[in-house]
Amino acid sequence: MYTTELNDKGRKSSLAPVVAEDPALLAAFEARVSADDFIEPKDWMPEAYRKTLVRQISQHAHSEIVGMLPEGNWITRAPSLRRKAVLLAKVQDEGGHGLYLYAAAETLGTSREDMIEALHSGRAKYSTIFNYPTLTWADIGAIGWLVDGAAIMNQVPLQRASYGPYARAMVRICKEESFHQRQGYEIMMTLAAGTTEQKRMAQDALDRWWWPSLMMFGPPDDNSPNSAQSMRWRIKRETNDQIRQRFVDVTVPQADAIGLRVPDPALAWNETRESYDFGEIDWDEFYAVVRGEGPVAKERMSARVKAWTDGAWVREAASTHAAKRDVRAAAE
Amino acid sequence: MGEALYDYALRLGDDSLVLGQRLSEWCGHAPMLEIDLSLANVALDLIGQSTHFLKLAGEAEGKGRDADTLAFHRDVLDFRNCLLVEQPNGDFAQTIARQFLFSNWQELLFRELMHSKLEVIAAIAAKAVKEVTYHTRLANEWMVRLGDGTAESHARVADGLDWMWRFADELFAVDAALETLIGDGIAADMRLFRGEWDIRVDKVLADATLEIPKPRRAATGGRIGHHSEHLGHLLSEMQFLPRAYPGARW
Amino acid sequence: MSSEWPLWEVFVRARNGLAHKHVGSVHAADARMAIEAARDTYTRRMEGVSLWVVPSAAITASDPAEAGALFEPAADKIYRHPTFYSIPEHIKNI
Repeated sequence: MYTTELNDKGRKSSLAPVVAEDPALLAAFEARVSADDFIEPKDWMPEAYRKTLVRQISQHAHSEIVGMLPEGNWITRAPSLRRKAVLLAKVQDEGGHGLYLYAAAETLGTSREDMIEALHSGRAKYSTIFNYPTLTWADIGAIGWLVDGAAIMNQVPLQRASYGPYARAMVRICKEESFHQRQGYEIMMTLAAGTTEQKRMAQDALDRWWWPSLMMFGPPDDNSPNSAQSMRWRIKRETNDQIRQRFVDVTVPQADAIGLRVPDPALAWNETRESYDFGEIDWDEFYAVVRGEGPVAKERMSARVKAWTDGAWVREAASTHAAKRDVRAAAE
Repeated sequence: MGEALYDYALRLGDDSLVLGQRLSEWCGHAPMLEIDLSLANVALDLIGQSTHFLKLAGEAEGKGRDADTLAFHRDVLDFRNCLLVEQPNGDFAQTIARQFLFSNWQELLFRELMHSKLEVIAAIAAKAVKEVTYHTRLANEWMVRLGDGTAESHARVADGLDWMWRFADELFAVDAALETLIGDGIAADMRLFRGEWDIRVDKVLADATLEIPKPRRAATGGRIGHHSEHLGHLLSEMQFLPRAYPGARW
Repeated sequence: MSSEWPLWEVFVRARNGLAHKHVGSVHAADARMAIEAARDTYTRRMEGVSLWVVPSAAITASDPAEAGALFEPAADKIYRHPTFYSIPEHIKNI
């Protein structure tokens, strides 16, 4: 997910605090969290909790911002005025989501500038899915349907995450997200019911986006060492495999309904589990993308770095002007 | 009247469509996330306006063409936008200079059009004028921030203004077809608010410590389909899918 | 970096009759920009009639560690709560 732990394979993230924390404070904190209470910005919190949240929230924010690029790629080529307006609104929403999340992360003692620097230097990760290219208009449909669909599954339970600003940001985001998925699925429906070329476009998009979407849910549970702690702290509500399974179960019928074929020969309904069995994910691909070797990882990062670098003079002009105004105002 | 109205609605619709298209090129690439959202906001407003005006154009033409058909299946000779809006984005300063000249004009235009004798134009203008007031304020403020910012921003926005200045006069040009519509109370007479536009622009430039660009020969032709080299490329990108797949529904 | 734009907290009043509610923050170089950024970010779906932006640095917050001293005593003073007074059922409108 946008919030999935994206540690390089085999490397455990070090969450042990450097300084021993007061056991009484820790116990009180754990009690509040397990009582479904909310932790707010100035409350005492374990350093590991704060660090995990900064990483998770900022990673989510980075995902929204980088996510503007694959879709932004098609705004100028959207095939109708309505599609253009809706896509522009969706991408604008994503920017807005990034803003809500950066704002939430900043309450934990990091700054927008630090987070951006971490993203640009490669230290901070963003969701693997956005390292794949949007090759046709159908990809825009596939992203809305699959990627936003996956995001919704993760985000709904986070509306009751333990950290107040994060939970509130998630409430805002969830309100806006369902339109995103619907617009994507509607595009797929239209294409699947269209000309031969449009049907081919839609099937091809599903062929390319299916497996990366499953990878969004992160590594398998037995390779997610910090899941248990995150779940106890209510910053993760279900395991990766649980949500991934639910995603498959919900999405396969949606593909069937519009006559598209999920590209998994091992996909089969399991009567006993009342769930779909599905094939093995290529974890080598997943970890390569996490390492920064995704198909268009370089394009994504260089676009973000360029926007930031090219825009430096603008930001500086605004600050300089504001300072000039303050000086004049003080002199009056 | 049908043909004159068709032409007029195209001018209004194409202005908004082309500028909306230009602004949407910034999506994901603006200097700050907050600015990305502002520009996308303006782009969305403009695309909304263009949809209404192009729909009106299709109805006035009476050949069954809707807004999408008009947007995606006309070539450059049939586009009626002013030259200003098709100019490239350049850097942020050039984009702001273009917006500054255009939105100040469009706000005055829509204030007039709110009184159009054609109900549908008056309605579109009444809704749009609120949006455009915001666009104008945004552009004016950025002109001042950039003009009275750093030496670099001042130089860049002066350059941007210099690029765009030759396209200002076209905004106020009234030809014979437009005279008739003005006489009928349907179209606005832009000459009537040139003075006010000059005053507004001069004031913002003064606040921005920018010099009023020196007068120069006006570049015109957009209103009769004689555009700059930029429009062809813009349309190639914008129109590709519907033209590559004729008959497909999207 | 000296050109970093300061942080502003955003408060939105959704409808007349309601109070302004804190909704998040934006970065902006000046107050005018902060209002516009707040409008574009937090009222995109017409969610507000009034916006306040305040530089985050201007806000003073109570210390949660002092929460007991500042807030808890009210829990003892139950006479502020209407439930303390038992009014017979047949008395209306009270």
